[in-house]
Amino acid sequence: MEFFLISMLNSVSYGLLLFMLSSGLTIIFSMMGVLNFAHASFYMLGAYFAYQISGWIGFWPALAIAPLLVGMVGMAVERYGLRTVHKYGHVAELLFTFGLAYLIEEAVHLIWGRSQVPYAVPPSLEGAAFTLFSTDYPIYRVFMMAVSVSMLIGIYLTLTRSRIGLVIQAALTHPQTVETLGHNVPRVFMMVFGGGSALAGLAGVIGGNAFVTEPGMAAAVGPIVFVVVVVGGMGSLAGAFLASLLIGIIQTFSVALDYSIVDLLAKLGITIGPDAPLAVVWNLTISQTGPVLPYLLMVLMLIFRPKGIMGTREG
Amino acid sequence: MKLTFPHVLLAGLMVSTLSAAPAIGAETVKIGYIDPLSGAFANVGEAGLKQFQFVADDINKRKLAGDVKFEIVPFDNKVSPKESLNVLKNVIDQGIRIITQGNSSGVAGVLIDAINKHNERNPDKSILYLNYAAVDPDFTNSKCSFWHFRFDANSDMKMEAFTNYIAKDPKIKRVYLINQDYSFGHAVARAAKEYLARKRPDIKIVGDDLHPIGKVKDFAPYVAKIKASGADIVISGNWGNDIALLIKAAKDAGLEAPFYTYYGGGIGAMTAMGDAAEGKVKQITEWHANIHPNKTEKFANAFNAKYGGPPANISFYYLRVNNEMYMLANAIKEAKSTDPKAIALKLEGMKYEADTGEVEMRATDHQLIQPLYISTVAKAYHNPKDPKTAKFKGTDPEVKYDQEDSGYGFKTDARIEAYVTAQPTSCQMKRP
Repeated sequence: MEFFLISMLNSVSYGLLLFMLSSGLTIIFSMMGVLNFAHASFYMLGAYFAYQISGWIGFWPALAIAPLLVGMVGMAVERYGLRTVHKYGHVAELLFTFGLAYLIEEAVHLIWGRSQVPYAVPPSLEGAAFTLFSTDYPIYRVFMMAVSVSMLIGIYLTLTRSRIGLVIQAALTHPQTVETLGHNVPRVFMMVFGGGSALAGLAGVIGGNAFVTEPGMAAAVGPIVFVVVVVGGMGSLAGAFLASLLIGIIQTFSVALDYSIVDLLAKLGITIGPDAPLAVVWNLTISQTGPVLPYLLMVLMLIFRPKGIMGTREG
Repeated sequence: MKLTFPHVLLAGLMVSTLSAAPAIGAETVKIGYIDPLSGAFANVGEAGLKQFQFVADDINKRKLAGDVKFEIVPFDNKVSPKESLNVLKNVIDQGIRIITQGNSSGVAGVLIDAINKHNERNPDKSILYLNYAAVDPDFTNSKCSFWHFRFDANSDMKMEAFTNYIAKDPKIKRVYLINQDYSFGHAVARAAKEYLARKRPDIKIVGDDLHPIGKVKDFAPYVAKIKASGADIVISGNWGNDIALLIKAAKDAGLEAPFYTYYGGGIGAMTAMGDAAEGKVKQITEWHANIHPNKTEKFANAFNAKYGGPPANISFYYLRVNNEMYMLANAIKEAKSTDPKAIALKLEGMKYEADTGEVEMRATDHQLIQPLYISTVAKAYHNPKDPKTAKFKGTDPEVKYDQEDSGYGFKTDARIEAYVTAQPTSCQMKRP
């Protein structure tokens, strides 16, 4: 019971962080049709900006300033990069964001070096929030969850209740009409891209010190973010939310499952010796294959339900 | 991308300056340092590089290798075996004849194979491989090579010492193993199970996890599993961020079980673990800052004065790097040659008075036999007379130095004499 509850909390906090990362990607994709390969790089930038700023003026100002800075970088990228490339079609856009990811990584190498930086959790957020049976649950994880949930509510309210949200939603399906009504659609796109990047930046601010801030962090989360978006359904925020939690649960609980195909067959009365062909494969436990499972889920999803959990478009 | 651009440039520059200036009598021997200088283990590779450069400077200054001067040439292999082979080609192309590497037995394995092949085909351009940290036992057993010398105790030797120590503690009944999923991690897990079964058959292995190396950033799920298993102790061969993050996660979850680690005092680990490690994290090493007598004290202090500052706060860690370089210097002086084969023949069977006692490079398998220490994290001693210890909180004068400016250092539990650590080898060495 203790193990189950703690693991559940761990999966939810990890899933929420994933959601924070993928929400920006999915918003950008649904609005602009741009699959942003550099999205995880904005996550990394958020972490590095927060490290730098918290060194100067503390963590709390960094929590607000770093995502804003990342958002501004995002807007600049949209305004001076993507918008220019847009007229050459989707392939050009894809290649542009792909190159951008490398560019950002090299810039990080140049500025902060190739090694990790000591970006630590602030002392006020260290320690245990509560003790469940005999396991402490760290304050910082509770804080991460609180930030993610408030962000989730924030986006939801902005998109559904505010005027900007209305314009954004309208621009999504009927850009020409919105333009005729006198709204500056390219500017809306720029803000959406900036907003999406800022969300990734925010995830970086709180993910960077929970884990490690290093130049490889973008490459480490990049693929998993795409899995979330594909499994959740391209462009669906609710889908991304469900998929993030699902992947959080899969990754956390798979660690606990020490069963292999050999064990399974043994239950059915079939024994596979260590000399059997491909014995290494049959002896792999679920916990060892844990890191691959999300990708397996993505492949299965693409085969059996290409539009994802909540996606609206087929194929 | 294979080799960082500045290094190529630098090496090129050096070659040109060397050929321009007539070097009479004095020869510069380049040692290729092949280790991660980018990626998840860059901090470990950087710290190792600084130690090599520092001891090379010392040898050059004191002329320990006669007129021969050492120069360390860094190469980044990103801990990737594939990348390391490219780097090795580069090393060979630059005419470098001695390499040293330590991080990851995965890398060491392919290097040994490649060097064996290269040396067989090009006997006049042979390469010497000095291994300072890759501890898969195979390299001095079934895969032993004339060109490979290991200056760290291999993982079986360390596990033998650890399990002797564990066997004496009757309170330990349940042991959890967590290791990186590659040859070294497998070797640690296998040895732990085998030796514990022999020495304490009543001990139950309640967990045996292998996780991807350098990929796990969040160890909370593993810690939850360790907790649920009711383990009395955890044994882990993890290194770099994999040990630092594991213990950080254990601290966050309030896990009480002590950690018996190979690299709990390794680079970056102490900073991450902080007060959670006190009395709980043990390590097995050839040296730590609070051994007694500590003949390396002055050297380590000089190193720390140069590199110990923020942000990285590196502490002197690898005594074996010193042993390796001093023994290499002696071998060159004795051989009166810098030819890898001549050096190797002198290194074989060499006895050397190290700071921790006499060590021997066993001729049969090229495994250095040296004393080891088991130690536990403790608060560094607060000495009212010494202002440098103002922020230390400990009361035990034995823990004189902290590590990485953390306020915590190591206290010796046991010293294991060199002859006790020696194990039989199955090596059948082919000599050229």
